[in-house]
Amino acid sequence: MSKYYTFKIKRYLPDENPSTRWDEFRVKLNSMERVLDGLVKIKETMDGTLTFRKSCAHGVCGSCAMKINGQNRLACQTLVKDLPETIEIEPLPALPVIKDLVVDMTMFFHKNDKVLPYLINDEPPPERERIQSPEDQHKILESITCIMCGSCTTSCPVFWADKEYLGPSALLKAYRFLFDTRDRATEQRLEAITGEHGVWRCHSIFNCVEVCPKEIDITKHILKLKRLAVKKGFTGGEK
Amino acid sequence: MEINKHYFDTVIIGSGLAGCRAAIECINHGTVGVLSKLYPTRSHSTAAQGGIGAALGNEEEDSPEWHTYDTVKGSDFLGDQDAIEIMCYDAIPTIIELEHMGVPFSRTPEGKIAQRRFGGHTREFGKAPVRRACYSADRTGHAVLFALYEQCQLKGVRFFQEFQVLDIVVENNAVQGIIAVNIKDGSLHVFESKAVIIASGGYGKVFKVTSNAYASTGECLSMLFRQGLPLEDMEFFQFHPTGLYGLGILITEGARGEGGILINGKGERFMERYAPTIKDLAPRDMVSRAILTEIREGRGIDGKDYVYLDLRHVDRKILEERLPEITTFCKIYMGIDPSEAPIPVVPTAHYAMGGIPTDNDGRVLRDIDGSVVEGLYAAGECACVSVHGANRLGCNSLLDTVVFGRRAGKAASSTLKTATKGKVKKERISLIADCVDMIRRSNGRETVASVRRDLQTAMMDKCSVFRKEEELKVLLDELQALKERYKDISIADKSNTFNTDLLEAIELGHMLTLSEVIASCALQRTESRGAHCREDYPKRDDENWLKHTFAFQGDKGITFKYKPVKLTRFKPEERKY
Repeated sequence: MSKYYTFKIKRYLPDENPSTRWDEFRVKLNSMERVLDGLVKIKETMDGTLTFRKSCAHGVCGSCAMKINGQNRLACQTLVKDLPETIEIEPLPALPVIKDLVVDMTMFFHKNDKVLPYLINDEPPPERERIQSPEDQHKILESITCIMCGSCTTSCPVFWADKEYLGPSALLKAYRFLFDTRDRATEQRLEAITGEHGVWRCHSIFNCVEVCPKEIDITKHILKLKRLAVKKGFTGGEK
Repeated sequence: MEINKHYFDTVIIGSGLAGCRAAIECINHGTVGVLSKLYPTRSHSTAAQGGIGAALGNEEEDSPEWHTYDTVKGSDFLGDQDAIEIMCYDAIPTIIELEHMGVPFSRTPEGKIAQRRFGGHTREFGKAPVRRACYSADRTGHAVLFALYEQCQLKGVRFFQEFQVLDIVVENNAVQGIIAVNIKDGSLHVFESKAVIIASGGYGKVFKVTSNAYASTGECLSMLFRQGLPLEDMEFFQFHPTGLYGLGILITEGARGEGGILINGKGERFMERYAPTIKDLAPRDMVSRAILTEIREGRGIDGKDYVYLDLRHVDRKILEERLPEITTFCKIYMGIDPSEAPIPVVPTAHYAMGGIPTDNDGRVLRDIDGSVVEGLYAAGECACVSVHGANRLGCNSLLDTVVFGRRAGKAASSTLKTATKGKVKKERISLIADCVDMIRRSNGRETVASVRRDLQTAMMDKCSVFRKEEELKVLLDELQALKERYKDISIADKSNTFNTDLLEAIELGHMLTLSEVIASCALQRTESRGAHCREDYPKRDDENWLKHTFAFQGDKGITFKYKPVKLTRFKPEERKY
C-alpha cells in the first residue's frame, strides 16, 4: 500500500542564503497519507529546517495552503495517492516569502479589512434572534464556508498584475455581508468594493474557483456583486 | 539583547472563541492585545462541528433547568452545579447575542435558529432526547469564530498573530505580563498589563490519535504549573467516540443527532445494550467505552479495531444540508460516500475537562480555598470552572468558551481602574531568553519528533479511555525516561526566522510536564467517573472521590489537594440513560 514519493520543494532560508533553491526528498507514504504527512515526515526525519505552516490537518483552518504541482491547494487535504510520484511544492504565489513555504499574508488579510468584514447593524437588537428565512440563509451559505486560506487570491492573474486589487477572497467576504439580510451597511460596503481596484477588475478567469478547497464558486458570487452594484448605482472605478 | 515592550490594559492569550469573546468585552473598558501563535481565524475553535447548546426551545419544548440537569448528570456529578447553572441559564441570551453579532446559524422554516439532537441532551430530566444544539450546518465553530473575530476587528482589538507565548509572569501573587516571541523574526516581546486572560485552548496533542490541531499543545497550563500554581481535574480527558479510523478526524455527534447509528461487526446496533433509553445519543464517555468494549470482545468490523457509524438510512438531503463537511471528510480521507457506505470510526482524544482552576468569573485560583492570583484569568478549554466535571456533554464546550470568555472579560475589566500596571523584571526576561537560546543550541542525540512520538504513543496506550494502576506506574516511569531524553535533543534549525523546529521543541517540553500531571492525577483517583475509567476500580466512589483534584508541583514531585464539588439541587444518582 505504501510507496516512495519524491518531494521537490522550493526552499528559501533567508538566514542562510538570500537565494532560493530546490531540494529533493524521497519519502515513503501510504495511500491514506496526505502531502502534509509527507512534509511532516521530511521535517521529522530528514531536515528539521524545512518550514511550513500547519494546524488542523483536515481542511478547516487554512494554514497549510501552498502550491502543489502547479496548483494552490491545502496540503492536509491533498492525498498523495492522487498525485504523480514526483510532487513539486512551492509557497503560495504572489505574496512575499518569509521562509520556505511560509508566505507573509499581511497583504492578503489587509484586503479583507477594506471591505468592512463584519456584520453592521446599529438598529436596537430585538429580544430574540433576528428572523432569517432558510432561503435567505442559503444565499450566504457558500460564502460563509470560506476559510481564508488565500488560495484563490494568490491564484488570480489580476492580483498578480495589480497588488491593490481586492481579489476573490475579500470580494467573497463583501458578498457574505452584502447578501446577509441582517446587515445594514450596503452603501458603505458597495462604496468600498467599487473603486479602481475593486470588483470591476474581476475578469472571470475562474482560477479562484478552480483552486478553492471548499469548492466555492467565487466567480459567481463576484458576478452577483457586480449586478448589485449596478442596480444600486455604484458604477464607479472603470467606467 | 533587544526587547520590544508593549503595554495593554488587558492581554489575552489565544484568539479562539474564548479569547475573542473576552476581547469584545474588554475593548469597551481599555486597550486590548490578543496574541495567537496562529493567524486568528485558524484557532482550533474553527474545527468545532456540531453545535452550541442552549435551551432556546425553537424546535420543541426545552428549559435551562433540563439543560442544567443534563450537564450535571453528564459530568458524572463532578461538575460544580452553581457554575453549570450559570452557564445553562446564560446560554439563551448568549446565543441570541451571537446571532446579533452575525453568526450565520442554520434556520427553521420560520426563520428562527435551528436546533438538533446531541448526546446527553434530554427533556424532562432524562426522559427522551431533545433538540438543543444550535448549529450552522456542521461548521458551527467556524461560524461562531469568524463572527467573534470580525466583531473584534470592528471594535479595534489589536491582534499579534504568530506570536508564541514563552512565559506568563506571576510574581508576588499577581500577574505582571507575558513574554512572547514573534515567530516571524524571532524577536522577543514583553507585554505588561493590568490583566492577563489565558484562553489558549486544549492539549489533545499529548495523545497519538486526536481530533485536536497540531497547535493544541497546552504550554500555557504548564507555564503556570511550573510556577507552583495548581491544575485541576487533569485526569479527565474526553475521547470522542467517532473519530475517523486511522486519522482521528472528528465526525460530529450531530451525525448521530440526525439519525446515524453505530453498528458492530455482527451488524448489531450495540448502543441499545449500553444505553437503552437514548441509545446512540448517550454521552461521549459511555459511547467511547461501549465502542472499545465491542472491539475488545471481538465484535469490531471483521474482528478489527473499529466499528461503523452508519448514515446510509439518513435522507441524502439532510446529509447535504446539515452534515456537508463530514460528508466531504469521508470522501476525501476515506474515499467513501456516507450515504452509500458506513464510516469506520474509533474513539479519538478530543477534549480536556481539566485545566487552570478558576472561579465563576474566570479568576485563576491558586489554592483550594478560593484565593486568587491578582489580575490573572482563564477561560475556555484551558480553564476548569468546572462546568464539565468528569465528562463534557456535546455542544457545551462552545457554550463554555463564550459564556465564561465574556465573564472573564467582564471581571478583568471591572478591576482596571484600581489595578496596578504589571512589571516584568529584566532578570526574568534574560532567564527566558537564555532558556530559548539553550534549546536552540541543543545538539544532542535525540530528535524532538522521536521523543514526541514516544510520548504520544505511551499516553495513548496507557492513559486513554481505560486505565489501570500498573500501566499508569509504567507510564510515569516512561515519562521520566522521556524527560531525560528531552534533555539530549537536537535542533536542526538555528535561525531566527520562523523557526518552527525550535517552537516544537519548546512545546514538547511543556507536553512532557502536562503528561506527567495527567498520568499522576489518573493514578491517584482510584475510582471510575465520567471519562476517567479505572479498570481496577470500576465503580464510582462518591464517598471518597466526590471532589476535584488540584495538582501542584512540589519539590519532590507532584502533590495533590482536593476541593469539594459544589452540589446545589441535584444529588448524585446512578448514571443510567
